[in-house]
Amino acid sequence: MSDTQTETAPTSEAPAERRLNMIEAINEALDVTMSRDDNIVVMGEDVGYFGGVFRCTAGLQEKYGKSRVFDTPISECGIIAAAVGMGAYGLRPVPEIQFADYIYPGLDQLISEAARLRYRSAGEYTSPMTVRSPFGGGIFGGQTHSQSPEAIFAHVSGLKTVIPATPYDAKGLLISCIEDNDPVIFFEPKRIYNGPFSGYYDKPVQPWKKFDASIVPEGHYTIPLGKARHATEGEELTILAYGTMVHVVEAVCAEKGIEADILDLRTIVPLDIEAIEESVKKTGRCLIVHEATRTAGFGAELSALVTERCFYHLEAPVERVTGFDTPYPHSLEWAYFPGPIRIGEALDKILSE
Amino acid sequence: MAERPPAEGDRNAASAGDNRPALSLHVPEPKYRPGDAVDFSHIQVPEAGAQARPDETVDPKDMLDLAHDLIRVLGDDNKAHGPWDPKLDPETLRTMLGHMAMTRAFDERMFRGQRQGKTSFYMKCTGEEATSVSASMALAADDMIFPSYRQQGILIQRGYPMIEMINQIYSNRGDKLKGRQLPIMYSSREHNFFSISGNLATQTPQAVGWAMASAIKGDSRIAATWVGEGSTAEGDFHSACLFATVYNAPVILNVVNNQWAISSFSGFAGAERSTFAARGVGYGIASLRVDGNDPLACYAAEQWAANRARANAGPTLIEFFSYRAEGHSTSDDPSGYRSAQEREEWPLGDPVMRLKNHLIAIGEWDEERQEKMDLEAAEYVKKVTKEAEANGILGHGLHHPFRTMFEDVFEELPWHLKEQSEQAIRERETKFPEGLPNEGNGA
Repeated sequence: MSDTQTETAPTSEAPAERRLNMIEAINEALDVTMSRDDNIVVMGEDVGYFGGVFRCTAGLQEKYGKSRVFDTPISECGIIAAAVGMGAYGLRPVPEIQFADYIYPGLDQLISEAARLRYRSAGEYTSPMTVRSPFGGGIFGGQTHSQSPEAIFAHVSGLKTVIPATPYDAKGLLISCIEDNDPVIFFEPKRIYNGPFSGYYDKPVQPWKKFDASIVPEGHYTIPLGKARHATEGEELTILAYGTMVHVVEAVCAEKGIEADILDLRTIVPLDIEAIEESVKKTGRCLIVHEATRTAGFGAELSALVTERCFYHLEAPVERVTGFDTPYPHSLEWAYFPGPIRIGEALDKILSE
Repeated sequence: MAERPPAEGDRNAASAGDNRPALSLHVPEPKYRPGDAVDFSHIQVPEAGAQARPDETVDPKDMLDLAHDLIRVLGDDNKAHGPWDPKLDPETLRTMLGHMAMTRAFDERMFRGQRQGKTSFYMKCTGEEATSVSASMALAADDMIFPSYRQQGILIQRGYPMIEMINQIYSNRGDKLKGRQLPIMYSSREHNFFSISGNLATQTPQAVGWAMASAIKGDSRIAATWVGEGSTAEGDFHSACLFATVYNAPVILNVVNNQWAISSFSGFAGAERSTFAARGVGYGIASLRVDGNDPLACYAAEQWAANRARANAGPTLIEFFSYRAEGHSTSDDPSGYRSAQEREEWPLGDPVMRLKNHLIAIGEWDEERQEKMDLEAAEYVKKVTKEAEANGILGHGLHHPFRTMFEDVFEELPWHLKEQSEQAIRERETKFPEGLPNEGNGA
């Protein structure tokens, strides 16, 4: 983990204007790490010849061969378990779970095995795997292709959970995860694979290439796990978000003329508590936004931490904007999604206190 | 909307109901309960040596009978018979007997230690020694073991220092797992023995993953894993079979059918309908059903499977048909659910006795030497136990330093664990204001 603690610079001088979407950035992170370390293997449903249903592994099998990039049976338990065994051998597996909603058959292998192997064997065996999985809604995926189960993993001791919000971060964070010696869950917000999302589903999608966060250097660079990113800086309030919701809150604040300190958490375990404290103590107000269901969501943990650590700096109660505590509905997707209206209402409330 | 006439099928369904028999649920029930007289004559025990031994690279569909038969080598005459006889030299046989006797002596002592309050928990493998010791002897020392919780015989066979085992059982300051694991959940990377989980069957697909990794790297080492028949009910077992066959992984899936999963007999894992070896057949895995109390058959089957895996010919599933002679663990009392006569009546005998009698029958052993060996094993275990006790027993303070509780959750300690560690140390200081008593290596 040592070399992922500090941000490292790109290894090659890239033309400043090379712009990638998030899928291309993820693909490049896999390519860069695989070319540097023969022990990295990529496996999952449809990831081999076909290159993944979202194309994140496109071209890798051709480049690295079938024994390093291969399809698996439709058995998430088997995929994660095989990755545990491979990690014990000395490989660095990067399994893909096709949708986060499908990860549950692999949970015992993640929670009881991968996450605890270092602890239970006192460091004799470790599980250096990175589980990549597209997550989140906004693509009409219904209740089985839209979930955001990050809180389940954040609750498990021994797992790290990482969620990028831009192509630049996706590449640098994924490289850090793959090089990390602990098991990491890497959730890819699939709504923003091709472009950031303003929250207005009825407006045209803006491709990543229109945004500077899509400028992705070639070669190897890392972004440390546990360091948040300031999406915008401001004095009026702090907004804690990650993944798709970073872009939605940014758009809503711009629209309402609110100067918010928006922290893109990037990793929820380990969490950048210093950045959170510093920001909330500066603004005195804190809004937490996530797409996942509300009850016992990661927002509850964030809210508790902010209250415990910044209570005497707060000028208003901490607010949460989240998905509803229902399964993700298909036809009413946009009624479920914590969009501009729900966020706007919370902003008005927190700023009027 | 116009009324639609009912479909043909609907009319049949409506009228057939009255004549159909009521359904009833079959809930498996073992043949014998406490106090019952036991008769095992329904268990087919074929003649030793009667089973064919195919070439190791055989197509699994040409050996289907071996998933239902019972591979046996040692006959009632205590002689080795047939093509599965591994033809081991007497010295190797005596070594095997020695490991099995040592395993039994170890079990006796540790069980007693638990009853004396030296630890919280222990599990014996009495009657199943051949399924670990003999099988393990057929592997290379650098082949990787993914064990269940009843393969202490493998560690003993591989020469893992017994004091490490006892330190772990006592969770004392010498325990290299730092007191984190339930007793007997050993781990030894040095001996290619994977950390025992305690969650059931999770190790089975992990072994397949390890074997896949070995194949990916062009290595020559293979993996072998052990699971109880009861745990084959877990989805993990089926994932393991599937991945093993899909990738033709160099792995041996050993199923120890000891008839009992705590109080649930093997029928709750499907034994009333088929054998456990037969589960491999559906996956196209070479499958052997073996007399698990016949040490020579156990060795021969494991050796066959190891040869097959090493020749890139694929995985093997082995069912060792055996009997759990003792309780599931020190927390279990089998007299509450099964007949005590079962152990005496078990038709396949006791593996230690069978190997001993074989060595005597071929003129390479005698009762006197056996007695001496048993005594020496007991003395050795006693001596090592005393040494381990100097490192402390469970609950007497000689455990690992307190701060180690927070280590190894991650490679590095994140801020939240640092904070929690400081809190735990504060609590400790509040409880012991005069200083921490007996804190092992210090807190």
